[in-house]
Amino acid sequence: MINDLTIIAGRGKDGRSEDFDSLMLGAGDTISIVGPTGSGKTALITDVELLAQGDTATHRRILVNGSPPPDEIRYNPTLKPIAMITQNTKCFTDLPVLEFLEIHARARGIRSASVLDDTLSLANSFTGEKIGAEMHVTILSGGQTRSLLIADALFIGAAPVILLDEIENAGIFKQEVLNIIRAQGKIVVFVTHDPVVALLTKTRLIMENGGIKKVLTQSELEEMAADNLLEIDRRVGLIREELRAGNRITRELMAVTMTPKAVGM
Amino acid sequence: MRLLVIAGPPSTGKTSLSKQVIRRFRDEMCLAYLKIDVVKAYEDIELHREFGIATKKIYSGDLCPDHAAVMILDDTIAWAEALGADLLIVESAGLCLRCSPYLNQGLGVVVLSSISGIHTPEKMGAMVGLADVAIVTKIDLVSQAEREVFIQKIKELHPAILVFETNALQGTSLQRLYRLIEESPAIERDKLVLKGNPPLGTCTICLGKKEIGWKKHFGVIRKLEGPITDYLYRGE
Repeated sequence: MINDLTIIAGRGKDGRSEDFDSLMLGAGDTISIVGPTGSGKTALITDVELLAQGDTATHRRILVNGSPPPDEIRYNPTLKPIAMITQNTKCFTDLPVLEFLEIHARARGIRSASVLDDTLSLANSFTGEKIGAEMHVTILSGGQTRSLLIADALFIGAAPVILLDEIENAGIFKQEVLNIIRAQGKIVVFVTHDPVVALLTKTRLIMENGGIKKVLTQSELEEMAADNLLEIDRRVGLIREELRAGNRITRELMAVTMTPKAVGM
Repeated sequence: MRLLVIAGPPSTGKTSLSKQVIRRFRDEMCLAYLKIDVVKAYEDIELHREFGIATKKIYSGDLCPDHAAVMILDDTIAWAEALGADLLIVESAGLCLRCSPYLNQGLGVVVLSSISGIHTPEKMGAMVGLADVAIVTKIDLVSQAEREVFIQKIKELHPAILVFETNALQGTSLQRLYRLIEESPAIERDKLVLKGNPPLGTCTICLGKKEIGWKKHFGVIRKLEGPITDYLYRGE
């Protein structure tokens, strides 16, 4: 039902129009939004999430398949084609995990019985701390909350557009999340400070003072750089898990910390 | 004149919503605003200073605020009509959750904070059940999944209610509410009645008798155990 989204330019914090007219995002596209804190990254994905029609601070408009979305799509969660994972690492809803997922599935009009278990086990594959079905969402740690919300967005939100706000801060297995999300053929938008995530996406939006300053397309060189950085990232991740487990650097682990050149790659 | 009644618990964003509505319409309509509160309210002074519109406040004092509203609303409407107002905004105190201040005409809006508890909509009874529109505020503080769970709870309570999510400080996504206000028909002052039922009866507690326990009171009383039909009237 949704093939593409179009962002129609609004204005920055200084009231000046943004440096682009419109930007179309199609199925399978990956987009990253980069820029300093306070430059308007979160405001941009919030515009997309709310399907803004000139009625947010930025005055941007979002078109679905080339036209303004009807009210039913804007205001009915069961029809909303967008799932957003915010930076929130806290839930206020005092419900057990399973009941939370169950009500959300009902809100989204999902009847499948297995979706709840699938969501919970996917969430558990993103985090080292086990999330139990009977645990209250209010007491989950930051990493557990983000893992649960990402899994929820994928299986229960099940939307063709996924917006992720700084998943690198989540204390979760970023690689696993990236692999699963990139394999889905959805429109995926990352707000990120992480160079790996930024270089892996096909399009980069550079933010400044509330507006989109620049739109860049991934170059061949950047794609190669992303692959190299992924390897470094994997190694850093390996060491991180060893340290979190209370282990020391051994001779074998020492090799992991050497640059690819030094080990002959 | 159109009528907009805004209800909701304290600190959910009723006044922020009022401000957005005023900001949106002040250039094209003559606006009047009434705040009902129990002990203290500053909204009338604040909104008059910020927007230069006609404002009033009423303290309910010893009366329940919804009771006070019933008493003074007719006078308020006469006041606003005499000013030539196109839209009267009435902001309730939203305290005890027993009643709702909505009338059979105009638009009734309940304001709920997305960080209040998941059972809050149920606890608010008529204030949610008889509203035309629910505005869910502070959406920048919670995840989308959590907002959708909260909205689902509201809709299960009142399937026909229109729910809009907003960051009331910024006034995001309120276009549809503005449209409803614009399209809302003019009220007829002599045909206004409360949508909900006011509470029952009068008793010694209402009269100010402070002793604890049903044996000390006359009128409509209630014991801890026992069916609701066991309400006893012990006479004067």
